[in-house]
Amino acid sequence: MNSTLEKLPDLASAPRSLWSDARRRFLRNRAALISLGILALICLACVIGPWILPYAFDTADWESMSAPPSFANSHFWGTDDAGRDLLVRCLIGGRVSLTVGLLATISSVTLGIVWGATAGFMGGRVDAFMMRIVDMMYAIPYLLIAILLVTILGREFYLVVLTITVFSWMDMARIVRGQTLSLRSMEYVEAARAIGVSTPRIIFRHIVPNLLGVVVIYTTVTVPGVILTESVLSFLGLGIQEPMTSWGVLIQDGAKTMEATPWILLFPAALLSTTLYCFNYIGDGLRDALDPKER
Amino acid sequence: MWSYTLRRVLAAIPTVLVVITVCYLLLHATPGGPFDSDRKVSAAVLANLQAKYHLDLPLWQQYLLYLKGLAQGDLGASFRYADWSVNDLVASALPVSLAIGGIAMALAAVIGITLGIVAALRQNSLVDYFVMLLGNVGSAVPSFVLGPVMIIVFAILLKWLPAGGWHDFEPRFMILPIALLTIINVSTIGRVMRGSLIEVMHSNFIRTARAKGLPTRVVVMRHALKPALLPVVSVLGPLAISSITAALVTETVFSLPGLGKLIVNGAGNRDYTLVLGLVVLITLLTVTLNLLVDLAYAWLDPKIRY
Repeated sequence: MNSTLEKLPDLASAPRSLWSDARRRFLRNRAALISLGILALICLACVIGPWILPYAFDTADWESMSAPPSFANSHFWGTDDAGRDLLVRCLIGGRVSLTVGLLATISSVTLGIVWGATAGFMGGRVDAFMMRIVDMMYAIPYLLIAILLVTILGREFYLVVLTITVFSWMDMARIVRGQTLSLRSMEYVEAARAIGVSTPRIIFRHIVPNLLGVVVIYTTVTVPGVILTESVLSFLGLGIQEPMTSWGVLIQDGAKTMEATPWILLFPAALLSTTLYCFNYIGDGLRDALDPKER
Repeated sequence: MWSYTLRRVLAAIPTVLVVITVCYLLLHATPGGPFDSDRKVSAAVLANLQAKYHLDLPLWQQYLLYLKGLAQGDLGASFRYADWSVNDLVASALPVSLAIGGIAMALAAVIGITLGIVAALRQNSLVDYFVMLLGNVGSAVPSFVLGPVMIIVFAILLKWLPAGGWHDFEPRFMILPIALLTIINVSTIGRVMRGSLIEVMHSNFIRTARAKGLPTRVVVMRHALKPALLPVVSVLGPLAISSITAALVTETVFSLPGLGKLIVNGAGNRDYTLVLGLVVLITLLTVTLNLLVDLAYAWLDPKIRY
């Protein structure tokens, strides 16, 4: 009949779900894609770099201490004041920082989702009580308590993760609760209920997919925050301990001797900042991609 | 308004009590007493020490004694600095932190709001790009990286300012730390101000004001500014709290004798009473700041009526 009608079958055969739309929009976002590429490179380097490079992260090279970057002796990023290869230390530190970031994010996001969803679904007094606790946690200067916890509990790797988790789940809890509350009273949930869809099916078919968008976005915001917290703790000498290392520890080491050997500060600092930048851009890209209003 | 204020103050009290109690119990749950050291102390001396610090009493009595002291403004004795009470240590460190933090916060508010306004009114201008860049830097370059870089540039390469240290509020030593804190805060304030003013400038009442033929200056100052400031006020609370965090880093980077340095050292030395006292003090400060911000918000926003 006319061209509009002839196009209709095409549209029908290519269903547009939230996720395929989001993927399409994310792939169009150049800054986010480049960031994702750089981040993947950094992760890959941290994982396989230390195996390939000829030095270990904790053994000293007595021939060259505080040596500037050079290709001649394959200390590509130079050595620190104990003669340890800086590139290997940065990559090992990256492993630790990224692992702490990943673990603390997973645990705090899980806690936040469970807390927020429970409060949102239960409503009433339970909700009020649970959110009151969240408000209280917000009022606490978290870094101080983190310092207190680390002082008391010690500086084991998993304790650092635990300490960071305790103080980074509240944002997610608030967001998930708000989202759950508003989703619960949506017309399409009511419609599903009206045609007799079971509660678990409503949760998994209608509520969870709509929660996932915000969860994904705020997870990408949580990761850099968590990495930053670990670095601050380590920088203050209260995080990961020698000879194990993390980006914060390396930056602290570098800051001590930056007058004579600035590269010991600049390499790990650049690595940390690049990683944080990448996470920020990926987060922005995901927010733009997953925002249903953008359709 | 008064009943709202009263309600908010009352609601803040349990928060403070919970924090104090939890911290206190955490400290006492740790293995090892404050007087465990390599040096052997005779049983009699130990008993005397414990009696002096009331460590021989049951926990609940110690806790009540501590609360009683707190109510009278006494934070107890430091376990590591033998002749000092926590109050003395705080009294010597607080002015340093307040001077640095206060000046930086005031500067950041003025500069951030000004830059934000200019950036919002002249989108895609140089100032606008500067604000966006600063916002990016603030979110990805942490203070403990920016601080050392500033030292390298201004103290080591250019030799304009000392790399750190402190001498009786001499301005030379205050410039770099204040600049660092200001930059961090300006990045947030500027971005928020820019975003909110852009949004307000697109609203209907601004179009009406323009349609009346008012000059842009009057439209901005008389009509747009007040509603656009609301989000800025609401970030001031979190910002003040993160300034405390930043103060820990700044004071470590520039080796200033402030509260941040005190708490980091206290944590390193396992000086329990000192750390606990500082946590209590800063929690009080945080809760008060949050309260003030909430009240200011309620006062500024005509839509909020309690």
